[in-house]
Formats: sequence, C-alpha cells, structure tokens
Amino acid sequence: MTGYLFLALIVFSVASFMFGRSLARRKAASQGVRGHSLPAFSGWFVAIWSFIPAALILFVLVVFGGRVENAIVQSDVPAAVQQLPELNQGLFFQDVRATVNGGMASTTVYDGELKAAFDHKVAQAKSVDNTITLGAYALTFILALAGAAFAYSRVSPQFRARNSVERWVSAFLVACSVVAILTTLGIILSLLWESLRFFQSVSPLDFLFGTHWSPQIAMRADQVGSSGGFGAVPLFVGTFLIMIIAMCVAAPVGLYSAIYLSEYASPFMRAWIKPVLEILAGVPTVVYGFFAALVVGPSFREFFNWLGAFMPGTPMGEYLMNVQNQMALVAGVVMGIMLIPFVSSLSDDIINSVPQSLRDGSLAMGATRSETIKKVVLPAALPGISGAMLLAVSRAVGETMIVTMAAGLQAKTTLNPLDTVTTVTVQIVTLLTGDQEFDSPKTLAAFGLGLTLFAVTLALNLIAQRIVQKYQEQYD
Amino acid sequence: MKLYTRPLYAPDTSIGKPRDPSMTTTATTPKFVARDVKVYYGDKPALHGIDIDILDKSVTAFIGPSGCGKSTFLRCLNRMNDTIPSARVDGTILLDGEDLNDRKVDPVVLRARVGMVFQKPNPFPKTIYENVAYGPKIHGLATSKEEMDHIVESSLKKASLWNEVSDRLHQQGTGLSGGQQQRLVIARAIAVGPEVILMDEPCSALDPIATAKIEELIDELRQQFCIVIVTHSMAQAARVSQKTAFFHLGNLVEVGNTEDIFTNPKDQRTQDYITGRFG
Repeated sequence: MTGYLFLALIVFSVASFMFGRSLARRKAASQGVRGHSLPAFSGWFVAIWSFIPAALILFVLVVFGGRVENAIVQSDVPAAVQQLPELNQGLFFQDVRATVNGGMASTTVYDGELKAAFDHKVAQAKSVDNTITLGAYALTFILALAGAAFAYSRVSPQFRARNSVERWVSAFLVACSVVAILTTLGIILSLLWESLRFFQSVSPLDFLFGTHWSPQIAMRADQVGSSGGFGAVPLFVGTFLIMIIAMCVAAPVGLYSAIYLSEYASPFMRAWIKPVLEILAGVPTVVYGFFAALVVGPSFREFFNWLGAFMPGTPMGEYLMNVQNQMALVAGVVMGIMLIPFVSSLSDDIINSVPQSLRDGSLAMGATRSETIKKVVLPAALPGISGAMLLAVSRAVGETMIVTMAAGLQAKTTLNPLDTVTTVTVQIVTLLTGDQEFDSPKTLAAFGLGLTLFAVTLALNLIAQRIVQKYQEQYD
Repeated sequence: MKLYTRPLYAPDTSIGKPRDPSMTTTATTPKFVARDVKVYYGDKPALHGIDIDILDKSVTAFIGPSGCGKSTFLRCLNRMNDTIPSARVDGTILLDGEDLNDRKVDPVVLRARVGMVFQKPNPFPKTIYENVAYGPKIHGLATSKEEMDHIVESSLKKASLWNEVSDRLHQQGTGLSGGQQQRLVIARAIAVGPEVILMDEPCSALDPIATAKIEELIDELRQQFCIVIVTHSMAQAARVSQKTAFFHLGNLVEVGNTEDIFTNPKDQRTQDYITGRFG
C-alpha cells in the first residue's frame, strides 16, 4: 500500500512539474515579459515542493511506524502474559506481530486466558497499525497538496525559481554526504559501545598485552577446559607476520612494475600491461583465498616436505617434513600478489607526477635512464611512494578472506613463517559466524578486536594521506 | 691547426679532465657542422633541412617565432630528441667532425660533452652541493671528497653563484630564488666539464635583474665554452650573442653576425620579425 502511495506521489510530482512549467509560461506570456528563470525551473520548484515533504512522511512511516506500534502494544502487558517466563513473553509479542502483519507465527498454541489476551492484543495492534498508517497516509496526502499549492502560488515571471532550485540541489547534495558521515559515526559509536561492554568483563590491559587467546567459554557450569582467554598478542603478532610477508612480495614487485610502466614501457606495452594489472586488482579476495588454500598451500607444503627429506634425522628435517598446508607464508605471499596492482598503480601515478623537467635535467647531463630513476625520480617520489606503501599495509592488516582460508586458526605467538598463525580479522570471523548470543565476552571480543583494527588502519591511512598530500604540495 | 677532439665513441676517458692546451680551438673553428637536418614528430615535419655551422668559444643565438623549430634543433645537438618516442632526426650533425647521429655514438657520453640548461630552472630536490656533485658522481670524475669539493666549488664559482651559497651548500637547491636556481643548474652542467652548453630560453622564467646576471654569466662562459642559446627576446640575442640564426616555420632563414642580422638583414622575413611586424 505504501509502495502504491509512493508511486502515486511520483506521478503527482511529475504532473506538478508540468503544471508549474505551463503556469510559468502562461503568466510570462500574459504579462508580455521574459521570466527571471526558464519555465522548467518553476516546474522543478513545484515538483520538489509536492514531493519532498510528503516523501519524508512516508519515509518516517516505513522506518519508525513498526517501532511505535510495538512500543504502544507492549506498553501494558496482560496479567496472564506477565506470568510467563521472559523468553515466552517475547515470543508472545512476536506472534502478535506476525498475526497482524502476516508473517510466520510460532507453533505455540494459546488457550484460556492467554487466548483472550492474545486476541485482545491482536485487535489492539490492528487498530494501532490502522491509526498510524492512515494518519501517515492522510498527512502525506495533505503535505503533497499543500506543498504543491504553496509552490504553485509563488510561480510568477518575477519569481527566482532558478535560485530556489539551486538551493534544493545543494541541500540534496549535503544530505547525501551527511548520510555517509552519519553512517561512519554510527559504526564507530556502536564499535565503541560494544567494546566498552567487552572491556567490562575483560580488562583492556589483559586484552592488549595478554598472550593467551582461547575465546571459547564454558556455556554450562559443568563444562571443563574452557576457561576463556582474551590476550590478543598472538593475533597481533600473526597479523604483523602476514603483513610483513605480504609487503615483502608486494612492495618490490609493485614498485618495479610501476617503474617499468612509467619510465620504460612503450605505449604499446603500457596499453597491454595496465589492463592486465587492473584485472588482477579486480579478482575477488575470496578467489585469492581458495587459490591460496587449494593451490599455493599444498605446493608449498610439498616443497618443504621435499626439502626436509634431504635432512633425515635432524630436527630441521623433521620439522620440514611435518609442515602443514596452512602457514603464514602462503597467506602472506598470496596477499602480496593481491596487493601488487594496488601498489603499482598508486606508485605509477606518483612517479608520473614527478616533473619531466627533472628527468630532462638529469638525462641532459649524461645520466642513463636507470641512474636518472635511481638518483632523481625515486628520491623525488619517495614520500609519495611511502604513503602508497602505508596504504597497502593498512589493506594487508584489514584483509580477511585470504587469511581465513590459508593461514589457519591456531593462535600462536610466533614469527616462524612456516607455522600456522591467526590474525585479528580471522578471529572476528570465527567469533561471529554461526548462531551466537551477542552478550557473551566471546562475541563481544570481536568488537574489541574490531576497534583495535579500526584504530590501527585509521592511523595508517591518516599518516599515509598526510605524506601524500605534503608531497603533492611540493610540485604544485 | 690541430683540432681538439675527443672520441665520441665510448669509452671517453677525457670527461672532466683538463684539456690539452695544444689542442684548443678558437672562435673561428666550427664546433658543430649541421647539414640538411630534418626532424619529424610522427609524420609531421618540424624542421625542413637545416644547414648551419656553429662556432666554438662564442655565443650563437637562435631566434624566431614560437613553434619555428629553434628548440627542436637545439635538442638535436645533444640528442635530447631521443627521449621523445615519436621524434625522428635525419641528416648529419658533426661535433668536431664526428657524426652525432651515428649508431655507435653513446648519447650518454655525448650529453656529458654537450650540456643543457632548460627554460624552467629544474634543480633536483637535493641539496645545493648534491645538485652540483650529481654529474661528477655519475661519471666518476672525483676519487676523493676533496676532489669533489673542489669540483663543486669551482663550478659554482664559474656560474657566479659561489658567493651567494658558499655558507649554505647543504640546504635544498629548490629553496633558492629563480635566478639562483638557474645559475645552480648552469653550475651543475659545468661540473661535468662540457665543451658546449645549450640554453633553451634560460631567462624566460626570470625577472630582469636575474636575467642581467645570467647574461653577464653567459658572456664570461663564452671564453671557455661553445654556447648556443634559444631566446624569444631579440634584445637579449643582441646583447649576448656573436652569431644569430633566425628560424621560421621549420626553416633556417638567415644566419650571420649578430650585428649584421639586427642592422642589415638580408631576408625580408628576418627584417619583418626583428622590427616586430610578425611573431
């Protein structure tokens, strides 16, 4: 119903546009003058006033209508329902909502007093629902007409419809950017709020500096062996280790391919290599993930097992023989490959922004191309390139899919690239997948980890942006 | 007379070394001899066959309206056109009797002998000292710190910049004023020990005072180097050069003694240009 009303509103606004435009034309013609604004602006003006206030009411109805209804219905709980356990009270109201709005009700059968209470509540909910909906529809209707009438009355050749429309346009643009800002703010606040709840049960010091991570907590008193440990150091170390391995791959390969592309490649080669790199950038990370788990992991394991076979009897050989598919090295290398196009396209832009005059100056003194790059271009581009590397680091730290599939789950504090490690992001995934109640420290720990991750990547991004900006100013 | 020659075909061990005094050239010896030089950018011809002799130990000015090919020809003299992928150069240009465009010529060695100064001062984002030491370093001209210090000092002195920067050699070269930057770039070019310095509108980004200093410097450098300067200012050409060449639409219209060109041009187009009737 709301959908039809919305469609009707759109039709009405289109009609308003046409009426407004033709009114402006007629008025201008009858007065024999040229209006301040083109007739279409008057049309837009009327259409906007017909549409926006009414549409806002519909929006409020859709978003908040159900909540208001629930609040009213649940404000007084019947005596029969009050005797039920809390869990069943919630179920009762859920069933009421389902019956009114047409959804899946539970299989609970209500009889006797409960039946009476149920029917009473259903009737109440229906009437509240009707009142709210009809009220909102009436308000929408009135606002659409009133808005149209108001705007229609202002249309005249002297009216500055063009400027009015301009103000609406800028208001619309502001509203869009506010949505982005508010969303970010909301995410940060909910992260902070839930983390706060987590830190009420686990001290921040234990969390940041503890070395024991085993978030499984005893659900029942008689369970043993799951005391719960929330020391995140093994996760930080694992994240760091994989990030370092990834950067060892991505930084040199990405930078050197950027140098080739911007300094050596002929236009023909560039036209081929750039799109291929962009394809690499377009591969979904989950594809990299199973590539790591199914191809890279087993081949690395075979390689190390083969290597171990040459050293029978030695501890080193024994260790290599027992290396598993899942190791930090695999996740790091594949993540590095994922980051190559990211690093190379950023570095390419930065190297290209080094003025040609510097290259000419160096070449004109008898420097070769590689000397020019090494001694003039790269030093000039260094701040920008380090900014690009920091951005890559922050992506490596936040990357989830590859590590989930290739690095393992064991929380170990180790810098051995052949060991399985786990990262912050992997733990967030494992903590939150499956059926969970969002009030145990186990699930709340995800928010603590999320907040830490957010703080780290935010800091990295801010530093990187500052560096890149400073560098850009230098050559403007 | 014996011509002073250095092998253009690498390896050249004489870069930066003091020259054999018995092998010096004079202001009457041609340093460059260009015959039928044509340049194309892609399919578009930019120069239609230039014939010119450029004398050593003197200043030759290239004048002409924008887009007439004077900078293009200047860039032929140290093969900087190689760095433009679409550019193609035909014809012969002899430097001390050797063809620059010969396949055996190493442009890197050539550019150490034929230095260049650009329109916009382009010091590297390094210190003043490092800017001047850059060329000697890549060519391995100094074996010790003292030698390098000496090269830097003498180059800055030759570029009349030493007195202004001797107390701040280790500050950024980009922090100098425009005129100082341009002299720093000249010092940088001198430090490699070139025989020729090409200047592509070296004063067009400078104020009149800085311009006067550069012009003074050019006049001093003429004692040691062959200097070719592209300029838009006819007054500048008249002030600093001994020979002037007038380019128009990719042709070399007239070349001769600067006095003659400005007082008694033979070609109507030259006459029109220097009297400001077009250009």
